[in-house]
Amino acid sequence: MRRLGSVLLWIAVSAAGAVAFGVLALVRGEPVSAAWLVIAAVCTYAVGYRFYARFIARKVFALDQRRATPAERFENGRDFVPTGKWVLFGHHFAAIAGAGPLVGPVLAAQFGFLPGTIWLIIGVVLGGAVQDFTILCCSLRRNGKSLGQMAKEEVNPAAGVTAMLAVLFIMVILLAVLALIVVNALKASPWGLFTIACTIPIALLMGWWMRSWRPGAVGEASLAGAVLLIAALVGGGWVAAHPVLGPAFTRSGPALTWMLIAYGFLASVLPVWMLLTPRDYLSTFLKITTILVLAVAILVILPPLRMPALTTFATAGEGPVFAGKLFPFAFITIACGAISGFHALVASGTTPKMIRRETDAPLIGYGGMLMESFVGVMAMIAACTLEPGIYFAMNTTPAALAGASQALAQAGFTVTPETMHALAQQMGETTLLARTGGAPSLAVGMAQIFAGFTSAIGGKELSSLWYHFAIMFEALFILTTIDAGTRVGRFMLQEIVSHVWPRFGETSWYPSVLLSSAAIAAGWGYFLYQGVVDPLGGINSLWPLFGISNQLLAAVALCVATTVIIKMGRARYAWVTVAPLAWLVAVTMTAGVQKVFSADPKLGFLAHARTLDPLTNPSAARMIFNDRLDAGVALLFIAIVGILVLASVREWWLVLSRRKPAETKEAPFVAVAAL
Amino acid sequence: MTLRGILRVIRRILGAPDYAAYLEHCRAAGHEVRLTEREYVREFLDNKGKAPRCC
Repeated sequence: MRRLGSVLLWIAVSAAGAVAFGVLALVRGEPVSAAWLVIAAVCTYAVGYRFYARFIARKVFALDQRRATPAERFENGRDFVPTGKWVLFGHHFAAIAGAGPLVGPVLAAQFGFLPGTIWLIIGVVLGGAVQDFTILCCSLRRNGKSLGQMAKEEVNPAAGVTAMLAVLFIMVILLAVLALIVVNALKASPWGLFTIACTIPIALLMGWWMRSWRPGAVGEASLAGAVLLIAALVGGGWVAAHPVLGPAFTRSGPALTWMLIAYGFLASVLPVWMLLTPRDYLSTFLKITTILVLAVAILVILPPLRMPALTTFATAGEGPVFAGKLFPFAFITIACGAISGFHALVASGTTPKMIRRETDAPLIGYGGMLMESFVGVMAMIAACTLEPGIYFAMNTTPAALAGASQALAQAGFTVTPETMHALAQQMGETTLLARTGGAPSLAVGMAQIFAGFTSAIGGKELSSLWYHFAIMFEALFILTTIDAGTRVGRFMLQEIVSHVWPRFGETSWYPSVLLSSAAIAAGWGYFLYQGVVDPLGGINSLWPLFGISNQLLAAVALCVATTVIIKMGRARYAWVTVAPLAWLVAVTMTAGVQKVFSADPKLGFLAHARTLDPLTNPSAARMIFNDRLDAGVALLFIAIVGILVLASVREWWLVLSRRKPAETKEAPFVAVAAL
Repeated sequence: MTLRGILRVIRRILGAPDYAAYLEHCRAAGHEVRLTEREYVREFLDNKGKAPRCC
């Protein structure tokens, strides 16, 4: 009877999901309620978690709750700490969720809400969550080893070195693109800049509070930080209107670029407790709270989606937000939220050292990624609740807007200057035109949802406050990624150079600290500056590079996972990781080749370089160099994917043809009862 | 759940130092308590920042 009830329940869940997808796919010409997106997502996640995650746990990895985990075997009260599964779910989610699942879907909304939503939901169930979960299982069975170590030991040493270099290159591009989002959100926004600037002294105060004044009082310090943050947010409105302070906090893109580079450098060289750790606590608090409130607000007001399911840019490939057709660019633009290689670093970092039971891994690895996908779906909803004309006016540079004006007019995506001016005033800004990067349009969408929510429960709308709250929320955790990323990049560079200059590897030797921090900050800073001064908007060139690099890392992770599965003697289940790997290789290669060699100057780096004439354009020489540099980076990523896939396929063939014994580096079984 | 339990959950989710957990570990493992709370917190905070935050 119980089994029958279960079968009927899952049939009902599946049917509800199918109906929701049907409505999303078939309804045309009228706004669709966001409820259908939520139902489609939640039902698909439930089915994927209940059946597919369980299948991988039982059949592929045979997770065993009697087997002691690294957290139990090496428990030290610090890194290796057995942690309850729901607590670790929250910790893991806080580590994997950043700006990516919020910004990617907003940019991909130029194709309409349907392609991005389908990729977010199906991609995560069959790809992203599988990658996170399988890498977590692999690391769990190898004493919590990192992705690079596993690539070296399970595939071959060359793959390990390639993976390490890949992570470093990805870090540089990732930090540049995230910083670009912050610059575009804060330029000419005194309110936003003041609020974000205040987070630095607030973090310094928190660091002193919890390390020296009241050691360990993280809760107290975070609470004080949150109160000061709200004061800074409210005070930002006053600062923006002040005749002296307002202009002082009104800065151009290039000026903000230099400030961010200096910030990244300082955060990397200062003691970690002083700035980085307190900011991390503050941003984690804010991230989890805001995401929960956004989810509740969307479920309460269920806003209608004004963006159509599919726009003409999906097939024409001449979208004003970024160039390129739906395939492969929707799958590159939305990385985090569907599949993100960066998660493999977390799933083979702190999380496997904290799992109490092997059987907790599906909830944490697979479930954590489903949750991130849901954040992506919420971002898609927030972006698509905007009038399409407003969305395109905000996310398009004047140059790109001029080129796409006819297509936008034909699609009915127009907006008057008066509407944009009124919206900017409502949000407490001077202008919202050409605020590319995704963050400002997401902030307007979130502000409208929050304002609708506070209005629905009897309060005031407070749109401008909510807009700047959303900007602060996004910028705060992007900056947390930038400071942590610059620091981690510094450690990696120190380790790489130490092979030829051992002293450089000493992480406390200040000349090495300063040089490596400067090199990493200059690396991402260069790409950032290039993006900020790019007349087409840096998002057009940098975001695809970021997507390609992130998916490349996912391909590395899936190669490692497949190798482990084959060496475990479960080659019949290798399709679990090979299928998403094949898809990623197809997407990454296609996007990379198009970005380099496409004859369309809006799309291809080299074609764009050919259109520039140094005689008529004084910036042409610099732009040609940047185009060629971007082409070189894309080709480098393609080469890295090729090397890793070939190295892995060779290893699989050697093992499957019995030319090489199937030896894995799995830690020996230790029973829980034996500890 | 008690307030102390809730605070512990929040600490773990944030990745914040938890001296009580360290003491429990020492007691369970039969180790000598090597660090005072101040020393434990300093060591914990000084060792953070080596893992990337995701995008």
